[in-house]
Amino acid sequence: MSLFQYDFMIRALVGALVIGLTAPALGIYLVQRRMSLIGDGVGHVALTGVGVGLLFNTSPVLMAVLVSAVAAVAIELIRERGRTSGDVALALMFYGGIAGGVMLVGLSGSRSNANLMAYLFGSLTTTSPQDLTVIVVLAVVVLTTMLVLRPALFAISHDEEYARVSGLPVRALNLLLAVTTAVTVTISMRAVGLLLVSALMVVPVATAQLFSRGFVATMVTAMGIGLVASGSGVWLAGTANTALGATIVILAIAIFLLAAVGTAVRRALGRRRAVPSGRPTPVVEPCDVVLEPAPAPSGPPVDLDRPDHATAHR
Amino acid sequence: MTEPVITVEHGAVAYDERPVLRDISLTVAPGEVVAVLGANGSGKSTLIRAILGLVPLNAGTVSLFGTPQRRFRQWRRIGYVPQRLGAGSAVPATVAEVVAAGRLARRGVLRPAGAADRRAVAEALRAVGLSDRAGDPVTTLSGGQQQRTLIARALAGQPELLVLDEPTAGVDSASQDAFAEALRGFVADGGTVLLVAHELGPLATVITRAVVVHEGKIAHDGPVPEPAGHHAAPGHEHVHPHAPDDPVGIWGAPA
Repeated sequence: MSLFQYDFMIRALVGALVIGLTAPALGIYLVQRRMSLIGDGVGHVALTGVGVGLLFNTSPVLMAVLVSAVAAVAIELIRERGRTSGDVALALMFYGGIAGGVMLVGLSGSRSNANLMAYLFGSLTTTSPQDLTVIVVLAVVVLTTMLVLRPALFAISHDEEYARVSGLPVRALNLLLAVTTAVTVTISMRAVGLLLVSALMVVPVATAQLFSRGFVATMVTAMGIGLVASGSGVWLAGTANTALGATIVILAIAIFLLAAVGTAVRRALGRRRAVPSGRPTPVVEPCDVVLEPAPAPSGPPVDLDRPDHATAHR
Repeated sequence: MTEPVITVEHGAVAYDERPVLRDISLTVAPGEVVAVLGANGSGKSTLIRAILGLVPLNAGTVSLFGTPQRRFRQWRRIGYVPQRLGAGSAVPATVAEVVAAGRLARRGVLRPAGAADRRAVAEALRAVGLSDRAGDPVTTLSGGQQQRTLIARALAGQPELLVLDEPTAGVDSASQDAFAEALRGFVADGGTVLLVAHELGPLATVITRAVVVHEGKIAHDGPVPEPAGHHAAPGHEHVHPHAPDDPVGIWGAPA
């Protein structure tokens, strides 16, 4: 455990654990509404915010939060309107975001690409105590929101029309979810990097839903997997001297593959075992079709497939 | 109190300039069980979606429980059963979790679920005969059982008005019977029902009034009309012959 005698490693561990717990709690709603890639897109736009911050010597993280929140609201409004033109609008926004970010970072004259790399791929080990405080506070807010509003967010993500008829403030909740996504992406940016945030929001959820049966169970399991992946990722990155964000994501994906193989094997074994033991025969529902009694009074059963079946009654 | 539950006056709806409902006026009184009938594409689903505010009206007004729909906020009085459970999502959800969403209209967004909510969910699951499946993922259920889950979700909110969109389309007969039973219980407790149907099946005995929508207008409003053509044949269950071109003589003509 000598690895954690350094303060920066402790900070990295705390930051990673907090994000590992928070990202899946939000990501589950994104996966549920089939917007798994939205975190990635918001991350692209957040880069423009980083560029603005560097250019004007304000906090890059704060600017990233603001710019990506605006982008997330725009994305949500596009999604709400329909889908045909929305797809292209999103593409424009994402590519514009990352290109704008690269240009602005260049204009800011910050000495090298190192700065950009830190935001793209994470730099948790250089996180200051102040940064860590911001990460923890924002994460607590996000986590509390996701847990307290779980029934309502579940309802709007599961069946938006029904939620509307239930009188839920659907648009307000959608926008809240969008802004929360932006905030989570930008706070996670320091730990795993913009490009890898989406992975930490989605991969633990994808893993959990392989073997869990309900929504709450999936959520809790995904948060657990996020914790394990980020905790062991910090240790592995410190030991093997690899990039922290990438290590965490690779571990999360490794857990996914293990779980996928595990459930497949278990299912195959379960099937084999079920056959000889003989499960209780399932109740067969009555045939829904009125089987019209054939007027043909007697004679052998007629094979309708035979071309000469009309001659079968002899 | 005999204030109508639903009032539609000269309602019209168009999708992209194409009129779907032209001039609809309809009143549903408390305790009625009204079936909206019509061919596919007649606008019957659009009618109930317009009543619920899911589709905007181009002209006319809708009132719910005497309040203009725009200002209506007592959504807990209405239970909505959509045609089917959306495209669904990759994240699993148990039957009980889906049904519990029906309590939100009553409980509000911020209050956590209490004992009364859990009781109502259990009661609704019992009413549709799915108590034993409460912990199973919805996606493992048959189409009919999923439909019953949606009905349980609406019943869990203990509404005064149930609005159902084709609740029996493609549903196995056991589920249709369970559904008719649940509906009968709801009506016996004083509930009002508006449902869209393509065919009535076991529901026919529960319906008190039928409204037929044809080409965007109400073509009939009164008792359940006699089915036309071969649909009228006794025992006809809307099962189409495997090969309609088969000459009738095959079975009839003795060789």
